[in-house]
Amino acid sequence: MYFSFTPEQDDLRSEARAFLEASPSPSMERLAELEWVGILRSGEYTFLDAAVLFEELGRVLYEGPFVLNEVAAQPGDETWSIEIDGFVPHLDEVARVLTPDMKSGEARGEPVATVDETLGLGLLSPNGTDAAEGTWPEVRRRLLAALAIEAVGIGSKVTEMATAYVSEREQFGKKIGTYQAISHAIVDAYVAVELARSLAYWAAWCVAVDDEQVDLAVAAAKSQAAEAAVLACETSIQAHGGIGFTWEHPLHRYYKRALWLEGALGYGREHRAEIAASLLAS
Amino acid sequence: MDLRDTDEEAAFRQEVREFIAANLPDASRTRSGRRFEETDRDWSRKLGEAGYAGLTWPREYGGSGAPYSHQAIFLEELARAEAPSHLGVIGIGMAGPTIIAWGTPEQKERYLARILIAEEIWCQGFSEPDAGSDLAAARTRIEDRGDHFLVNGQKVWSSFAHIADFCILVGLGLPDEPRYRNLTYVIVDMHAPGVEVRPLVQITGQPEFNEIFLTDVQVPRENLLGEVGGGWQVAMTTLLHERGTLGFALAATLAVAVRKLITLAQDRNVTDPILLDRIAREWIELQALKYTNYRSLTTLTKTGIPGPEGSASKLVWSENNQRLTKLALEILGSHAQLTNGGGYADGYWQYQQLRSRGNTIEAGTSEILRNIVAERVLGLPRGR
Repeated sequence: MYFSFTPEQDDLRSEARAFLEASPSPSMERLAELEWVGILRSGEYTFLDAAVLFEELGRVLYEGPFVLNEVAAQPGDETWSIEIDGFVPHLDEVARVLTPDMKSGEARGEPVATVDETLGLGLLSPNGTDAAEGTWPEVRRRLLAALAIEAVGIGSKVTEMATAYVSEREQFGKKIGTYQAISHAIVDAYVAVELARSLAYWAAWCVAVDDEQVDLAVAAAKSQAAEAAVLACETSIQAHGGIGFTWEHPLHRYYKRALWLEGALGYGREHRAEIAASLLAS
Repeated sequence: MDLRDTDEEAAFRQEVREFIAANLPDASRTRSGRRFEETDRDWSRKLGEAGYAGLTWPREYGGSGAPYSHQAIFLEELARAEAPSHLGVIGIGMAGPTIIAWGTPEQKERYLARILIAEEIWCQGFSEPDAGSDLAAARTRIEDRGDHFLVNGQKVWSSFAHIADFCILVGLGLPDEPRYRNLTYVIVDMHAPGVEVRPLVQITGQPEFNEIFLTDVQVPRENLLGEVGGGWQVAMTTLLHERGTLGFALAATLAVAVRKLITLAQDRNVTDPILLDRIAREWIELQALKYTNYRSLTTLTKTGIPGPEGSASKLVWSENNQRLTKLALEILGSHAQLTNGGGYADGYWQYQQLRSRGNTIEAGTSEILRNIVAERVLGLPRGR
């Protein structure tokens, strides 16, 4: 039993964090140069290595198709997105789209306006029926695990922002972080994110080794992590007061991404219904 | 990362499983979660003799010197079999580690081995009527009389005091010194003249904990832990261990509760989607706690000292257990009022639900634990 990343994975995280802090939304070309693109297909790395990158991308609110391209894990050099709940993220930025019936289509369609303006969602025009590689249950598992990990990155980042802000901001002559109404709410968000982190890493490990509990793990992780990210964003906005509610402050962008993650591939209750059915059947 | 047992861990798990099957007394097997101390004494002794009581204690003190992963596996297997834990939980989890950290060679020799085989049971004398969460406000006097200390005062919420042989007790040693420099920490013989124990009946109707009254109790000087006036530092060691190694035990007992909840839902043919949603949530929360404990096991293995993350585990567990037991009552519906023989599973859930209200109070209230996480984990500015 060893629940920790390897020193190499820790190094990968440090490098990714330093790189992404300087350029939060690198192009696919740049990511290909870094050899991030195709990480899952390379055979050299596992889903846990990819998970390190997904989490770091979540922390900086990365805006491109890299995560979905890796999750789709299709052969060739073209960039892929995945149709999720009827919409395709980053439709304009990719060449091909994987649909849940495991068909490969050309990325053609109509963009739609979204709350999270960075998603680039579009409605796919029906076209092409080439069979894609793999199975949908495999893709769905990877996707749920990746969304969970991304949510952990977001939850963790916005909780750090709240902690930093309330440690500086003063009212009534005291740092507001000394007031328990503030600090306890942040603790609850922090604890929720850390619990979700454990679930998300567990899910990523289950995907990596194809553990028998993988379906339960990804459902648990995705539902809990997305809800934790939303809670953390809401708590952080509240702790920031008026400034956290402005367009100028980055928090609303994290919040909108978290809200998208919460619904993507089903809200928490849908996953919990699956889990309950499985638990009571056994 | 590998969340499976190593070959060595799997072998240990198998060994523990076989030990429990062969040795757990029938009387301990059939209990419904309430404490039955006397029937468990023999079981505790067997655990100690087999080396399972002080798994992570150093060998020189009678422990097994095993890695913390063994402790986790042992507790998981104990919970899996619904076997009672060792009677000496306070000795093993709190008094022992404190004596190992602060005790003299004579104290280590005198006390440690007997804790493990349940020959001597320990209790804790920290809280007082006017000093609960604020331990530094303890007013029980520990007067330095040269060759002995004279102890006068009152302690409360003391589990096991009615069967205990010794008590780890914190009190006011140097009344003129400022807070945190005025406390003294001693080992009190519970059979000494002037020690009186009165059971306190809890919300469940069970007298699980006690008041301790101390009147002119003479404590030999050799029973001092740390320095006169240095009791606060010693007490912090005790509390760190109280919460630090607790996580695994808590996740293990929660696993039993979740398993019973699922059985209850099956027995009662639960189909209500809202109830199903809440059952699934409890299962998810259990996995989250379990894997969070596995993550902090790494910290513990590296440093040997439990990190403050243990406070978060206890906080989460207590609220999970309260929510889960109430959910069980809701599934029982009108039968939730029926208890003691008349109800489902002999009133197991009714007892557990009432007992769970103590979970957010004992071993650090949730409010104190949130302060600890805020200040020591997140580094937020101190409020006090």
